[in-house]
Parts: sequence; structure tokens; C-alpha cells
Amino acid sequence: MISIKDVQHVAKLARLSLTEDESRQYAEQLSRIIDYFDELKSVDTEGVEPMSHPIAAVNVLREDEVCPSLPREVLMANAPLRDGNFFRVPKIGE
Amino acid sequence: MALEAVIGLEVHAQLKTNTKIFCSCPTAFAASENEQVCPVCLGMPGVLPVLNKKAVEFGIRTGLALNSKIAETCRFDRKNYFYADLPKGYQISQYEKPICLGGYIEVNGRKVQIHRAHLEEDAGKLVHAGAAGLHCSDYSKVDFNRSSMPLLEIVSEPDLTSPEEARLYLTELRNILRYIEVCDGNLEEGSFRCDANVSLRPVGQKELGTKTEIKNMNSFRAVQRAIQSEIERQTALIEKGERIVQETRLWNEAEGKTHPMRSKEEAHDYRYFPEPDLMPLTISRQWVEEVRKSLPELPAQRRQRYQSDLGLSSEDAAVLTETKELSDFFESSLALEAPAKAVANWLIGPATAYLKESKKEFCQTALTPQNMADLCQAVSSGKVSSTIAKQLLLDLMAEGGDVAKLIESKGLAQVSDEGPIKAILQEVLDKSPSQLADYASGKVKLRQYFFGEAMKALKGKANPQVINKLLDEMLPPVAAG
Repeated sequence: MISIKDVQHVAKLARLSLTEDESRQYAEQLSRIIDYFDELKSVDTEGVEPMSHPIAAVNVLREDEVCPSLPREVLMANAPLRDGNFFRVPKIGE
Repeated sequence: MALEAVIGLEVHAQLKTNTKIFCSCPTAFAASENEQVCPVCLGMPGVLPVLNKKAVEFGIRTGLALNSKIAETCRFDRKNYFYADLPKGYQISQYEKPICLGGYIEVNGRKVQIHRAHLEEDAGKLVHAGAAGLHCSDYSKVDFNRSSMPLLEIVSEPDLTSPEEARLYLTELRNILRYIEVCDGNLEEGSFRCDANVSLRPVGQKELGTKTEIKNMNSFRAVQRAIQSEIERQTALIEKGERIVQETRLWNEAEGKTHPMRSKEEAHDYRYFPEPDLMPLTISRQWVEEVRKSLPELPAQRRQRYQSDLGLSSEDAAVLTETKELSDFFESSLALEAPAKAVANWLIGPATAYLKESKKEFCQTALTPQNMADLCQAVSSGKVSSTIAKQLLLDLMAEGGDVAKLIESKGLAQVSDEGPIKAILQEVLDKSPSQLADYASGKVKLRQYFFGEAMKALKGKANPQVINKLLDEMLPPVAAG
């Protein structure tokens, strides 16, 4: 069971602002999803390795070789604020 | 109630790869801000990280050097939090299945246990606009050159018992990382960063007390001082009957104190989950064995060999292996047939004193292994006295040069001819009639005075054995009783 408080906590961590109605609605919907997991839990998974990825590939690696990147001007083109070569962000302090 | 400190250390070691951990941007020093960035390390939508094979290899290499078990399978997880230096809103790290498990480092003959080591990416760097620093700035600026730099976080067990031991553990860990060439180990430049967890408990109690985490220490000395200060702070609180609050504290070097960091709200709710953009990693035992074969001799092994094969004391072996540079230099000198004991004495004595005084690292001096071999040869053949050799060593460290040429050009060759030494000794005796009389009446210690005066007159170049032989002949007999 997901409480409205749980939803508000997660929303805060995700920097989402929810109305009371939304919180209630998500609490209900998320509870149903969690309930479904309870249903899944009834399957016997004895001896089955937990899976962290749907594709069975492993070891997708690259060699340690430098590749040229895009120029700074291109990469910073969509930054809302900048200060010289820096991205500018709201004051960080608290 | 007697209390004991329990200390655990977390070290972030920046791995010396050419490229970042999940993209092909260079890790080399950047000339300007946001120059070594790409859509991946800027966290732009739709991009995919790809793991750097070298970073994994360095992880295995470190694990082997730290006596860890290398995981057969491991994977990456997302650590979710918002901060302006973290472009994706999460850090890719390893949470449940790290690459290295367990292990130990030998510190003063004791095995300090390691909990784990895991690969992760670094964050960008925040610069606070305005001269007065963090609290007076109007806005902050971000440079992402450091974003996604490869890090290995090495976490010790809470197995250290004193600030001194913590410092020694760090020194040895950094030394090992430098020997195996996976990390520069530079604290000031941030390629080797350390946080400390400190708690107290009554002696004999098994359960751990409430810990605090200390950050912002930029030198080994700072780590030692910060832990000491934290132990004192916690001791005072406990003695007053107060509780320790679990918190993160920042070390202030100038004040010599820690201060609580303003707590980031719910900062520890990271909601880790497996990183779907990266495939799991399986590390074959064959790969591990290949890496093992490429490992150089480690400091502990060298110390052991210096004692058993070269007959050095454990103290001398420890000093010589303290840095890879010094130890490699020692090895190179031996390869040029310099005698181990003599080289060890020069390096541990005068050379170390010189480094301390001039505040230099060994690699910043001009001394070569060939110099060292030549110097030892010059002393053992009697070409220069050991007093002169010491001066020569300091000159070579400061200026460099060639031993034979320096002896020649500075006229430093040892005088072993009896003729000139005898003449000088005669002068010394002639101008010191009262000392001579005192000597004859029983003050035999005055022999050193005559020796010293003669050596001074000969500018330290006289062969001491010849002076002693001549003194035997020239000094008057000493009155009995």
C-alpha cells in the first residue's frame, strides 16, 4: 500500500510538485502496481538468478581511445544561462 | 569510562585512463572550462554511456593489489540525487555488486581490512561566483571537464583505531596505487580524495557507536588532525552525557576544527536501481590472471625482499619503499652495481634530510642512479672522504652533474699522501702547546681536537685513516694515572 505521504516524499526527491488530488490519484495507481508485484511474487523463482537487464548481453566495452568531441559553442548552444566558458546555475549554498 | 576510536576510510582514487569512464572525452589536463565534454558526460537526453575497458582493468588491478576478491559478475547502478554538478540527475556507480570484495592492506604489520571497492563516475566542478566564496555569491558556475572521470572508491572496514594508523593506511594505499600505476595519488589536485567515518565506543564493546563522516581534508596531515579533533569532540560530548548526532562534518584546516555541514534534505535517500543503459559485466578468471601477471612488485613485497635478500633493517626497507620513485631509484642504482647498504644509507640519511629541508619530492632532484653508483665507488676506493661525498651528494641533488668531473673541477679528491698531511699536523701541534700539554697529562679526548683542526686545514679532503696513523706517531705519550 502506497500512502499519500510516500507519494509526496518521492515527488519531492524527484523535484515534482503535485496537487493534493494528484497525490491521491498516484497513491492509488501506484498501490495497484505494487499489488501486481505481490501477485508476481507468488511465482516460484527458486534457483533463478535475478536479472538486471532484459537483454542477455554482457561486457559491452570500448577501448580507452580519445575521440574528438563537439566544440564547446555547439554543446553550450542551448544552455539557458552561461558565464564565459561556464554553465551558469542558481546559487548553490544551502 | 575508557573509550576507543573506530575509524573507517573511504578513498576516491581517480584512475589514470586516457578517456573518461563512460565516454571518449580525454582525461588529460584541460586548458579551459567545458572543453573536454560531450553529450554523454553532459547528460544530454538520448545518449548512451559505454564502459571503458581500461577502467575495468584498473579496477581488477587494484583489487588484486589489495588482496580483494574480484567479482565474477558485477553491474552498475544509478544513485539518484539533484545537484548542479551532476548533469544527469544521477551518478552511475556500483551499489549492490561492486567489482572488488574484501581485501586488506598491511599497515605496521597488521592487516587492515578492506570492505569493498567499486567503479563510479565523478561529478563536475562548481565554482562560486563572487570573491567572498560560497555564502556571498549570487550564482554558481559549472565546469563539466571532471564530469564522468573514472573513479574507484575504496572503502575500508571500520578497522582503524587511531589517527596515526589512518594516516599510515592512506600512505600505504596511495603508495600501492602508484606502484601499480593506476592513480597519481595527488591529494592537492584531487586525484586521491579521502573521507573518514569516526565513532567512539567503550573499550571492549563490540557494537559500533554513532558515527560522523568527515570531509574536506586535503593532505594526510589534515586527515590525521581532523580525525584527532573529531575524537576529542566526541569524547567531550560523551563525557558530558550527550549523544553523538550522525552527520557529515567539514574539516576547516585554518581553524583546526570540524563543522557540521548543512544537511542536504533527505540526502541519503538515493533510490539506487540497476543502470539500464549499461550491460552487466562478467570478469573471466582468465582476464584476472592476465592482469595478475602484469602486476609489478608491490611495496610490501619489496620491503620483504630488501630485508631477506639485501640484509637491510625493516626500518630502512620501509623508508626506501615509501615512494615508488625512491624505491625505483634504489633498484636502478643496484643494477649499476652500487652496494645496497651504502646506497640505502645515502638515501635514508643525507638525501632524505635534503628533501625535507628543500621541501622537494625525490623526482624533483637532479640525482641519477649513475651518480649514486659513482659516488659509492669514489668513497669505497678512497678517492673522496665520506664528508666530501656527502657534500657532493647534496650538490648532485641540487644541480646534477658527473661525479668524476665534479671531484676533478672542485679539487675534492681525498688526500692520502702522508707528506702534506704530516706538515699540516705539525703546524697544528706547534700552535697548540697548551692543548698538547693537557693531552700529555691525560686529557686524551683532545686527540679529536687535533684531528679536527687538521681536517679543517685540509678542507675535509684528508684521508681520516692517514691522519689517525700520523697522530699515533706524532702525539706525545700520555702520562699514566
